[in-house]
Amino acid sequence: MDGGSGIMLSELRTMWEVLKHTFTKAETVQYPEEMPYLSPRYRGRIVLTRDPDGEERCVACNLCAAVCPVDCIALQKETRADGTWYPEFFRINFSRCIMCGMCEEACPTYAIQLTPDFEMCEYDRQNMVYEKENLLINGVGKYPDYNFYRVSGMQTATKDKGEAKNEAAPIDPKSLLP
Amino acid sequence: MSELIPVLLALIILIGGVIVAAVLTWFERRLLGVWQDRYGPNRLGPLGIGQVLADMIKLLFKDDWVPPFADKVVFIFAPTAIVVAMMMGFAVVPFAPGMMIIDVNIGLLFFLGMTSLAVYSVLLGGLASNNKYALLGGLRSAAQMVSYEVFMGLSLMGVVMMSGSFSLVAIVEAQTDLWFCFSQILGLIVFVIAGIAESHRLPFDLPEAEHELTAGFHTEYGGMKFAMFMLGEYLGLMLISCMIVTLFFGGWHGPALIGHWLPPLFWFGFKVFFVICFFVLLRAAIPRPRYDQLMSLGWKVMLPITLINLVITGAVLLWMEGAG
Amino acid sequence: MPTIYVDDQALEVAQGENILEACLNAGLDLPYFCWHPAMGSIGSCRQCAVVQYQNEEDTKGRIVMGCMTPVTEGARFSLNTDNASKFREAVVESLMLNHPHDCPVCGEGGECHLQDMTVMVGHRDRRYTGKKNTHRNQYLGPLIHHEMNRCITCYRCERYYRDYAGGNDLAAQASHDHVYFGRHEEGVLQSEFSGNLVEVCPTGVFTDKPFLKHYSRKWDLQSAPSICSGCAVGCNIAPAERYGKLKRVHNRYNHEVNGYFLCDRGRFGSGYINSDSRLDYAGIKKPDGSFMAVHQQQAIDTAVEWVKNKKVAGIGSPRGSIEANYLLRELVGAANFVPGFSDREAGILKAIVRILKTTTAINPSIKQMETADAILILGEDVTNTAPRVALGLRQAVRNKAFELAAQMGLPQWQDAAVRNLAQDQRSPMIIVSATDTRLDDVASQCISLSPDDIAAFGYGVAEALSGRKSQDEMVNQVAAVLAGANNPLVISGASMLHEGIVNSAVAVAEQLHSCDKPSMLSLCVAESNSLGLALLVDDPNSDANMSIANLTKQASDFDVVIVLENSLERRGLSEQIDSLYKANTKVISMDILENTTLANSDLVLPAASYAESQGTVVNSEGRAQRYFPVYQPSTERLPSWQWLLKLAVGCEHGGLANLEYFDQVVAACANSQAAFGRLVDVAPMRDYRNQGLKVPRQTHRYSGRTAMHAGVSVHEPQQPQDSQSPLTFSMEGLNRESPAALMPYVWSPGWNSNQSLQKFQAEVDGPLKGGTAGVHLISSDASGAVEPAVPITPTLKPHHWRLVPVHQVHGSDEMSVNTDEIAQLAGRAFIAVGAKLAEKLGVTEGDGLIVAPHNTELSLQVKILSRVAKNCVGFSAGYLETLDLQPGDLVTLSKDEAWVQPTSTVIATDRGPAHV
Repeated sequence: MDGGSGIMLSELRTMWEVLKHTFTKAETVQYPEEMPYLSPRYRGRIVLTRDPDGEERCVACNLCAAVCPVDCIALQKETRADGTWYPEFFRINFSRCIMCGMCEEACPTYAIQLTPDFEMCEYDRQNMVYEKENLLINGVGKYPDYNFYRVSGMQTATKDKGEAKNEAAPIDPKSLLP
Repeated sequence: MSELIPVLLALIILIGGVIVAAVLTWFERRLLGVWQDRYGPNRLGPLGIGQVLADMIKLLFKDDWVPPFADKVVFIFAPTAIVVAMMMGFAVVPFAPGMMIIDVNIGLLFFLGMTSLAVYSVLLGGLASNNKYALLGGLRSAAQMVSYEVFMGLSLMGVVMMSGSFSLVAIVEAQTDLWFCFSQILGLIVFVIAGIAESHRLPFDLPEAEHELTAGFHTEYGGMKFAMFMLGEYLGLMLISCMIVTLFFGGWHGPALIGHWLPPLFWFGFKVFFVICFFVLLRAAIPRPRYDQLMSLGWKVMLPITLINLVITGAVLLWMEGAG
Repeated sequence: MPTIYVDDQALEVAQGENILEACLNAGLDLPYFCWHPAMGSIGSCRQCAVVQYQNEEDTKGRIVMGCMTPVTEGARFSLNTDNASKFREAVVESLMLNHPHDCPVCGEGGECHLQDMTVMVGHRDRRYTGKKNTHRNQYLGPLIHHEMNRCITCYRCERYYRDYAGGNDLAAQASHDHVYFGRHEEGVLQSEFSGNLVEVCPTGVFTDKPFLKHYSRKWDLQSAPSICSGCAVGCNIAPAERYGKLKRVHNRYNHEVNGYFLCDRGRFGSGYINSDSRLDYAGIKKPDGSFMAVHQQQAIDTAVEWVKNKKVAGIGSPRGSIEANYLLRELVGAANFVPGFSDREAGILKAIVRILKTTTAINPSIKQMETADAILILGEDVTNTAPRVALGLRQAVRNKAFELAAQMGLPQWQDAAVRNLAQDQRSPMIIVSATDTRLDDVASQCISLSPDDIAAFGYGVAEALSGRKSQDEMVNQVAAVLAGANNPLVISGASMLHEGIVNSAVAVAEQLHSCDKPSMLSLCVAESNSLGLALLVDDPNSDANMSIANLTKQASDFDVVIVLENSLERRGLSEQIDSLYKANTKVISMDILENTTLANSDLVLPAASYAESQGTVVNSEGRAQRYFPVYQPSTERLPSWQWLLKLAVGCEHGGLANLEYFDQVVAACANSQAAFGRLVDVAPMRDYRNQGLKVPRQTHRYSGRTAMHAGVSVHEPQQPQDSQSPLTFSMEGLNRESPAALMPYVWSPGWNSNQSLQKFQAEVDGPLKGGTAGVHLISSDASGAVEPAVPITPTLKPHHWRLVPVHQVHGSDEMSVNTDEIAQLAGRAFIAVGAKLAEKLGVTEGDGLIVAPHNTELSLQVKILSRVAKNCVGFSAGYLETLDLQPGDLVTLSKDEAWVQPTSTVIATDRGPAHV
């Protein structure tokens, strides 16, 4: 078409291709009468999961917040008596969230996960701001066996130094043995 | 009594035009749905036709707002102009033998004149809005209309030559044996393209171009004034379709052999329906060109083709005259 | 200037550099761990490996360590050749064998040099399948968190703590892959500079414990260039904020002042800013003595009503900015303005200003002090009164080692070799003090004398230098040492509140100068803006000489007294101050924390802390430096200068009412006095733009902007606007190539840790690309400042001891001690005695002694010092309990039989409760 050099064959072909769709079935699903299938890895409402022992998985490392392209995650780290980390507050502003799932990819503890639930409309925008109590679920989500503190070198109430996965017993620096 | 027929017809056209335009909005969306593998408006009423009513109610109840920075008089006048111009265009359309408001011997020129008037509406709307997007839309519209006006008229000269008249009835009657879509194929192509551009339908809706200009010339419009622009656009679509049928597809004439099975008005409506479907198909299939592409297509392709068409038509007519 | 070839690119390098420095100077990214610009090279981490070629034809080359290889003319190297980069990757891979899976719960994550280097060398997948070594952690006090698993044995901590900072309670233990860095047993780290371990450790073994309690990642912190308010050294700091709380203080490089290191008071002593005892509202005293909280405008209206057209006096503050003090002085008039020093301190500061304006000696920066090859300290415990200077002095005594190394042709950066060569040989440092000091361990000679004798000793040395030998052989020895030096340095100061000591130091320094030596004289003062305030009142055109004592006597002559950020109990005897409160005078005071002065005021105004306001302070070197707000003060608080300006506008004050911006106040102040002429050059004005943009306080990866405040309202409020400074409360703007005074944080692509500083330096260990922050306000006319010695007749009474102040880095400072961790380290007020005296009095460490000056008596805990001058006892200076003890007073001592020894506090541990 540019400069009149073409003879619009491409346009005619496009029209023909579109016309053929007169005889194809509509892809649209008649929601809400008919619920579409959403795969487990669908990126919908964000939840915080718990580890197999029922503790919060989130260690407040802030990576989800850092990677969030719309900066809609804010949290503050707090420490338990045994030195483990957890979020004092964890807030997602869903009125900003674009469900890109990068927080889930960034999460080193599988705490933050996206679920196949997208029905979260609200009449009041303020209700789109989810705090930790709204996000935390009583379940392990997609990675049922993972517990970060069993892998991490950090000592916790239930795990001494050297008891984590693939760790040797603590070294006694005062020992003269090789 | 017979003096009342044009008046009655005018009333029917005025009311029917508005209703058909409204239904067309629904029809276009359903048809686009079909071609884009989705449903379109299907919730309200049978097949979703109630959507027309819902849209009308919505538009009627919207705040009739004039921006404080706009030129108020022109701002309100602009949308009415396009509706009036398009409605006037229907005065010369021969729907069936004897079923037209007026048969003037310059019917074709009257049609061209009326469609040209519509440009004022868009231009003034864009100018009066006092908004940069609207102004750009108006400017584009003016340039586009001026450019395509030239060979829109010229492309019809072949038809006029062959029928020997500017009267639309005479043109339709000249097609009793052979529709001009065969002999004036180049004219048809140019007229269709120019027609789209004149009614700024997709893919030539550059004055609106929502990806670039928000909503172009009617950015500031809302409520019924916006609805008037929409009405004007759909009336324009209908008018162009009517004219294509009248000028190139034999008007009320049915196809040979089976033409007499059904009344002429049916054939006219049937053909118009197809042309409208074709316009919707264009919208579904073809993306909007760049502005410079639109202009170069007009001046570098369409104008030469039209002139060639004129020369060939004239030559053939002269040759046939000489031979005859 | 030798030319070397790195990957066939010719580099002009400085003679004596090593390859690593040359590469970093050229802007090339060469990974390293153990090398530190301030500590030199030891070649232990093997990370900066490069390939060196013999000549142009050599294609094989051999691997050498960049930090251990000096540059030579025409030498050829490659960084990028396969075997060099593979070697470096292998080194990181082996370092990572035992590194725990901890980054998400590590306080270093996001600003970790190990993370940066791992990414830089390209190591990604762990191949080793064996078990990881683990270590038990130690409790290292309230400031430093220990997580030994993360160690990569680069030895930086030990080299910093022992070799650089002179600590002796942290070292490497065990051998091979059992190496452990810690104390011999759990306990508080003793060094005053332990906090720098946080920045020195390339990974997360040592992290900032108070920061960990309310941790945020580096990228989430909002920072601004600031100046430490802990003492008068004026270290450049970068405090950082998130969620309206000050989170931590990091070092901000200033080539001439603090370099890479801060003291623990500066780093950890700002926690009081988050304290609950901050004032939230202005208050008007009700008749029953309680306060009624009022809003800002109401408070100003009340103040205006009280002040307008009345006789008003003002008390300034040595911890307030020049601008705030200036505004107060203009508001009340110079004749009614009291600087707010105690009367004795005011006298000494007046003397110090005179000295600095006339002395022939050089007034050195810390960088210059590090070049001294003989040091005489008269009466200052520098580690406790000007800590960062002491760290510089510890480097200065190494000049002997460098001298020896130069003779051997060893470059200075060959750290291990230089230390091995010098062993215990140090440049001479003579300390003359009343009690032991924290520099005694590196001193060549420590002399314990009473303050009067110190002054006499100083004058004696000066005389000996001029050729008149003293009868005291010690004096002659010291004079001989100084006479033999090329760059002698004399340090004294105001901490003993003894003008004779300061004057004797001047006598020594100027005598050295007349012996044709570039002698340096450094005089320590107490507070962050002591010298600035002393300069402000040092107006030769005015004879105003108000003192606190005068003011309290004449209090009833005034209708109103305005107190600027000053706790008056620290400035005079309590009965004096009480007479001010009791007088029929209204007291308006503004301060940061609740204190007795505020409690006794009629109108209190909540002032913003240094982290929330803007101002200029002058350090003891005479260097004016500006601090900028890190975040906006909460709605009802205002910076003191704004309170005063609003008050001046309300009172329609002739000179001040048309001022609006901080810059205008600076300009007005600069015009008011010749000494402040250069105040406008201290930092760029508010219209400064870098490429058309302001300087951002937030990092480019500042997170949570659309969620931080969403809990309150989902309708995101606009970011606070900063119309007063060239900085902006946002991430938009350029954080590079801005002037040194406007560097809020360091970050460079690929360099997330504080090691990215080298990208901001003009050359390794050199000044910043943006210059050096600060402007010298005092230039000496070198006319000589020596005052004749005042003959002293010491009054001695039997069974009486003379009080000498003992300063504590944690405890003596007014503000920092309001931080929990610092208060914990400060402990209780004490009376310090020598071992002999303790024996005589029958007390041991921790017992109580009744100290009786004048007519009062108070019980204090006994602390036993290794050396105390004869007939002297020390007392903890600056502690609330000992505010009424005056240096120089004679006291009697007796054992407090009723004293109950405080039960020793159980050492808290960082371990989980299950394993304690």
